[in-house]
Amino acid sequence: MILIIVDGIVKASWLFLLSVGLSIVYGVLRILNLAHGSLYALGGFVAAILVTDWVEHGRWEEGTFLILFVAAALVGLASGPVIERGALQWIYGRDQALQLLATYALFLILEGLQIALWSSESFQTYVPFSVLGNFALAGVIYPWYYAILLGTAVTAGLILWAFLNRSRFGRLIAAVTYDREISRALGINLRVVYVITFTIGAFLAGLGGAMSAPMVSVVPGFAVDATVAAFAVVVIGGLGSIGGAAVGALVVGVAQAWAVHEAPDIEVFAIYLVMTSVLLIRPQGLFAREAVRRI
Amino acid sequence: MTISRKMTALAAALAVALGSATYAAATLKRADAPQPIRIGIVSFLTGAAAAPFGIPAQDAAKLLIDRLNKGKVPAPYNIRGFGGHRLQAVYVDEAGGASQAVSNYRQLVQSQNVDLVIGYISSGDCLALAPVVEELKKFTIFFDCGTSSLFQKPLAYGFRTAGDQANDAIAAARYVLTVKGKSNVQSIAGINQNYAWGQDNWKTFSEAMKVLNPDVDVKSSLFPTLFSGQYSTEISRILSDQATVTYSSFWGGDLDSLLQQGIPRGLGQATQLILSTADTALPEFGSRFPAGIIVGARGPHGALAPEDNALNQWFVGEYQKAYGKVPVYPAYHMAQAILGAKASYELAMKKFKTASPTEKQWRAKLRGLTFDTPSGKISMTRALGHQAIEGSAYGISDGYDAKLGRVKLTKVIRYSPKCLTAPPGFFLYDWIARGFPGATCP
Amino acid sequence: MKRSGAVGGILVIVGIVVWWSLAPSWLDFLTAVAVAKGLVVLGVVLLIRAGLVSFGQGLFFAVGAYAVGFAGKWWSMHDALALAGLGLAAGIVVSLAIGLLVARYREIFFAMLTLAFSMMLYGGLVKGYGATGGSEGMPITPPTLLGRPFSSDTELFFFTLACASFMIVMALLYARSPLGYAAQAIRSNEIRVGYLGASVTKIVLATFILAGAASGLGGALDAMLVGHIDPDLTYWTTSGEFVFVALLSGTGSVVAPLVGTVIFEIVRSYALRWFPDFWQIALGGVLLAVVLFLPGGLWSLHERVLEYARRFARGNGSALEQAPARTRRQEL
Repeated sequence: MILIIVDGIVKASWLFLLSVGLSIVYGVLRILNLAHGSLYALGGFVAAILVTDWVEHGRWEEGTFLILFVAAALVGLASGPVIERGALQWIYGRDQALQLLATYALFLILEGLQIALWSSESFQTYVPFSVLGNFALAGVIYPWYYAILLGTAVTAGLILWAFLNRSRFGRLIAAVTYDREISRALGINLRVVYVITFTIGAFLAGLGGAMSAPMVSVVPGFAVDATVAAFAVVVIGGLGSIGGAAVGALVVGVAQAWAVHEAPDIEVFAIYLVMTSVLLIRPQGLFAREAVRRI
Repeated sequence: MTISRKMTALAAALAVALGSATYAAATLKRADAPQPIRIGIVSFLTGAAAAPFGIPAQDAAKLLIDRLNKGKVPAPYNIRGFGGHRLQAVYVDEAGGASQAVSNYRQLVQSQNVDLVIGYISSGDCLALAPVVEELKKFTIFFDCGTSSLFQKPLAYGFRTAGDQANDAIAAARYVLTVKGKSNVQSIAGINQNYAWGQDNWKTFSEAMKVLNPDVDVKSSLFPTLFSGQYSTEISRILSDQATVTYSSFWGGDLDSLLQQGIPRGLGQATQLILSTADTALPEFGSRFPAGIIVGARGPHGALAPEDNALNQWFVGEYQKAYGKVPVYPAYHMAQAILGAKASYELAMKKFKTASPTEKQWRAKLRGLTFDTPSGKISMTRALGHQAIEGSAYGISDGYDAKLGRVKLTKVIRYSPKCLTAPPGFFLYDWIARGFPGATCP
Repeated sequence: MKRSGAVGGILVIVGIVVWWSLAPSWLDFLTAVAVAKGLVVLGVVLLIRAGLVSFGQGLFFAVGAYAVGFAGKWWSMHDALALAGLGLAAGIVVSLAIGLLVARYREIFFAMLTLAFSMMLYGGLVKGYGATGGSEGMPITPPTLLGRPFSSDTELFFFTLACASFMIVMALLYARSPLGYAAQAIRSNEIRVGYLGASVTKIVLATFILAGAASGLGGALDAMLVGHIDPDLTYWTTSGEFVFVALLSGTGSVVAPLVGTVIFEIVRSYALRWFPDFWQIALGGVLLAVVLFLPGGLWSLHERVLEYARRFARGNGSALEQAPARTRRQEL
């Protein structure tokens, strides 16, 4: 039982980092970014390359954690504005099918980019995962890295929440989320709000990837499976809500952990079963605001 | 309306022009059909199976074809090309699923005009192609895929120069019982990918184990999603299960991820790990590869290849010189396919007293052939002479040899094909359930 | 204008036949498979016309294909006509069952629910490998027609095309019916449709079933053509590709998907051959360009050309006559 909870929380931390950016971007831009997983993958690659270089030069090993953040920031700052200004700005308010298609195109381009750049390579960045050592819980060894993962997820969630709810700019974003036309009429610069929000989303995706890099072998296409998981989490939690993403991640994480420990045969279905049942009971997800009916 | 019709006429004319241009280009290519032998080589060049399998296989093919054309391969393969005919290779990506593979195969045969196709790593692709190979009547060697059902219907044009997956799993069960002692293996667990390869591997391993050591207790059989990469929960489960032996047929990136997450958590100490494809992870992990893990290479390849074999020494040396890495088992499988094709071609030249044997003569000589490879002798004795039987080998990792730049393996045991392969007429699982009748093992 | 859809349909079929007879032989198979997949794309287009994006249309593709697989395995049923009918029927039954659950949902929730169902089928097919052959899939015995085997690929191709034509006729009839117009109205404003007294859920359900039928038929044809089926048919990236081709083709007409799919498959196979490392980037780039500059898809290209031709023919056409074309373009 304790293992299910601990494993569930570990999984949930990863899922939260993976999906919270997706949720925020949807909340403000009203675009479901299918390429979110590819930004996650880029974060993984950049982190893996930078950390490998750092370690090869024999530098301070705990410093690799900083490198993970640097990698995420690089991905966010480099890709966020480019994608938002270069592609997304043309499709706001357009048909949802077209928006999905545009981000699917970005997904193809970014996945293709990974193949073109790193087609025959795999990167392993093991140092951050093992440098802090382990702790034992119920007879099972866990690395302290999982605590860092959880800490990062919680901190990111709290900072994001505080930023959106307490800062001036956060309130502007909230206003835009609530009503685009009125916000514009009030003089809010939508363009700035969109660029910044999307960059934050890209940073969070990159952070998810960077935090995963020490755990997995980073190869092209390693995020395709994660992409679907992220969609499921935000849909379960309710799109556009940080709390929703957190609860969605917890629900999925614990459900998967329970399946692995108690019923391994249904593990591959777990995420979809949870999503379907949640949507059948609450059609907008757990934490979604009621949509305004426009006639 | 009239305009619409005009537009369509224009479109039709365009289609005609485009079609005939392509057609003309295709016939032109056919007209100057050259003397050399054209080989289509198909492996994963993109996607998750590229880095661990597809690229090493392609590298091996490039190396061998170049050295064969220069006549620089040691005996018995020192004749240039195939019996003096230069080799030309066309490399094709296997990625994109079964339907794409079928379409690419048709293109390879019908427009690239190859004489032989060597390829296919994915079992699904092999199975989808088997009927197409027969339909297009093109000599084809499947070089790597592991499915046991490829020759359920006998094939006339299809061959496989490598063994199927069952060998590895049976050898693994025998090996761990020999090394640890029967009474010490009380329970087993498995973590395998959730698709045919993983499912078959676990079924074969656990069935073999139950027959060889009837008191064994199966603790858990985990099947995480292919390419999921996150195994934190699965590792917790294995650590808490405390099974004596844990078998995994994970490969490529998934295997690397499992080790990366598992090693720091003591996965290697909590249970005796058997990794049936760990050969590809040895160069990746190098000095970080923990000691005490049972390592397989899908046959006597890679780190488990026979060291006293001159062909193997040459192959490893040349491969290392060209690519700066040691060859892993997909490279060996590719070498087997190319050398088998060469041996049969030259045998056909001798037998039929001709400088360029027909495809039929060529195929006839691969049927039932025994030939030399870097992994030792390979015999095409199953499926009416179309399917090779391979032995297997396992060893235990024992630290890193910095001088040689490779992970040391001790207690290596080699298993002959006779120990691992069901005799003709036996269905694999029946053979196992009846206690391996006819098997001769070390 | 009313007859133009039927004329367009006939021209599309004739165009495919012309292409097929002229193309080099290695493209024959590709073209035939593209026609089969085109039916799934047709299903996606029908849903998009009602404002719904299905990210799980591969489900019905697989349902049709596995219906053929099991019918051959269990009942030794190999007649192509019966198998095509079976694929169609399986598509209808399954889409009715799933449609009842998802017809209430819109936008991303519809997309994710369809995706979830298709991925659950994927999981089931992989898990149940005793019956389904798992991830390796199962072989399909070459079909027969009225008791005799197909003598050549040509016959199977024309059979496929005949089935596709049947489905296109159905789709045209639907698009012309009050139901089809109501579905389009849902896309522009669902609540108004409700206020007009129509049952939005029923309209969506009917469209969903027609889309499922087309996809099931496409799956059955694909199974017979390829001769092998596997769970990848219902993996989410397969469904994503159908959506992709649908929008590339254009949703302005129900005959567009067939042309679009054939063009797409041919372009892709050349791209794979010429730029093995960059084809995905190229595809993504093309797609992005279509979204940004040609939101009506390839089909709208011919309308634009028509518009220019009309203007050219009349010196300069009056604004009144240009208006319909322009609104049509903005629909998407």
